[in-house]
Amino acid sequence: MINATAEAIATQEFDSVVADHRAQIFRFLLASTRDVDLAETLTQDCLLKAHRNWTSFRGESSVLTWLMRIAINLQKDHWRNRRLQFWRQTRTNAVDLDEASEWLPSGERSAEQRMLAKERVAHVWSAVENLSERQRTVFLLRYVEELDLKEIAEATGMGEGTVKAHLSRALARVRRELGEKQ
Amino acid sequence: MNRRDEDPKLVRGNDGLELEPELREAIGNFKSSVDAWSDNAMSRPREVIEPARTNWVRITRWALGCAVFIGTVSGGVYENQRQQGIAKAEAARFADQQRELAAERAKEEADLMAKVDSDIAREVPSALEPMASLMDENQGTGN
Repeated sequence: MINATAEAIATQEFDSVVADHRAQIFRFLLASTRDVDLAETLTQDCLLKAHRNWTSFRGESSVLTWLMRIAINLQKDHWRNRRLQFWRQTRTNAVDLDEASEWLPSGERSAEQRMLAKERVAHVWSAVENLSERQRTVFLLRYVEELDLKEIAEATGMGEGTVKAHLSRALARVRRELGEKQ
Repeated sequence: MNRRDEDPKLVRGNDGLELEPELREAIGNFKSSVDAWSDNAMSRPREVIEPARTNWVRITRWALGCAVFIGTVSGGVYENQRQQGIAKAEAARFADQQRELAAERAKEEADLMAKVDSDIAREVPSALEPMASLMDENQGTGN
């Protein structure tokens, strides 16, 4: 009886975790893969894995960084498996960079400003695509998910100094890409 | 003298990394585009597509069906071959038996005939003994 009640409470808690963080996990995975279907699948896998391990989550880090850590590991596993399964079709559903940059909201800009902004967003996408896996993860967690260095360190399992170094290199690459294309 | 001192437009973030306004704007726009794309993808109606997984039930059924079919056919063929083999062996055994029987009969007949001959030869009636001695003499002279 007590066990059943505890389980019900845990399920209720987890429902609110899903409601609070699903969108963020999905957004991070979407930015990492540029593939809506893959991002959805990995988000489901991430939440499923989190649900299975929810009772063992001790709250040493925030729920978000814990979920991000699971998502990052699932993504790594996905690419590793894909590389191993070389006989499989290698085509992905990732959209190209121009299509990804089309999503920029128009805001209150002139057509020319909008065009310029889209172009720059495409350059950022291009730079992000050419980053190493770690640099890309750190960059997206910092500038898309707006996590601070400590949270990124917790989510990636790297030290804060390493995170900062990766972030600095990623920024240099984005800066170079924007400078070259202007 | 650091870069911030060189360029007053550089903005240091709370991570200690400096971003010039253009870069900050470009990254801000990048985030906005990811947000918009993600929101759109999250709110789109989801298509329920049957996952392209292996239909093990169907494959198992087919495999079992094939196994039963092959088993039945090969079992029938094997049984037929076995029956033919038994029939051949039976026929060969019967033929051997017949041959042995015929040989035995022939031998028995030959023995019987030989016995009759010898009995006839030995038991000459006393009344015919002079003729028998004559025959012996003729045989002795070569006539």
